[in-house]
Amino acid sequence: MVSCINGILKNLTVGIAGIGGLGSNAAVSLARMGIGRLVLADFDVVDESNLNRQYYMIRHLGMKKAQAIQQVIGDINPQVDVESHDVYVDSHNAPEIFKDADIIIEAFDVASCKAEFVNSILQNTGKKLIAASGLAGLGTANSIVTRKVSERLYIVGDGVSGLSEGEKLLASRVAIAANHQANLAVRLLIGEDI
Amino acid sequence: MVVNGKEIGAKGNISVKQLLEEMCIDDSIVVVEADCEIVPREKYEVWMLDEASRVEIVSFVGGG
Repeated sequence: MVSCINGILKNLTVGIAGIGGLGSNAAVSLARMGIGRLVLADFDVVDESNLNRQYYMIRHLGMKKAQAIQQVIGDINPQVDVESHDVYVDSHNAPEIFKDADIIIEAFDVASCKAEFVNSILQNTGKKLIAASGLAGLGTANSIVTRKVSERLYIVGDGVSGLSEGEKLLASRVAIAANHQANLAVRLLIGEDI
Repeated sequence: MVVNGKEIGAKGNISVKQLLEEMCIDDSIVVVEADCEIVPREKYEVWMLDEASRVEIVSFVGGG
């Protein structure tokens, strides 16, 4: 199965909403696995505080994430067609931005933004969506799981470890969750399920 | 009424908004599915649930 993944993935598109800790790591894994196209969206700028978990370098400080991620992916796999939007994603523009995506990954930071995005995509498109909730702190890696909530919605995380609990976001668990998302995206694209 | 796989013995007809309030869940951080349909956020007050409803509430925490 693995040998023929590239032939399938090169013709497919994954959309990622938010390219911070979750989104940048998921995008890099998908690029390494040979996804054909990525549609990415984030309004933010790379900040020093991002370097503890996000896939950016010191040379990207002050740069728009939408631009920085193009460099990062271009340095890894220039064959990936990266369409990155420097825009604040909300419930109104989300369906249009990700209209070409075969699978969508929710990778925002703020809980209400996550919920708004997931509601919008599920209501306004017929696409499958992989969201994340509960990946802060330094709890056991084994608590981060992928769960199928409904026919089109999957959630990665432990469901409880959030920022409001005073936890910090740390590289290991963020990357684990991001790679759960990337792994499931590829599995769904090749016709497998959770 | 079954919420997130558990029978909660709801008293009768209540709206999605009332259910969220009873469970002390902030409606700005949730996705609600009732009987396999996503409930639009603007309909939480008028979308009624009964004893037979099967409800899935996904409540997000921050971090990404």
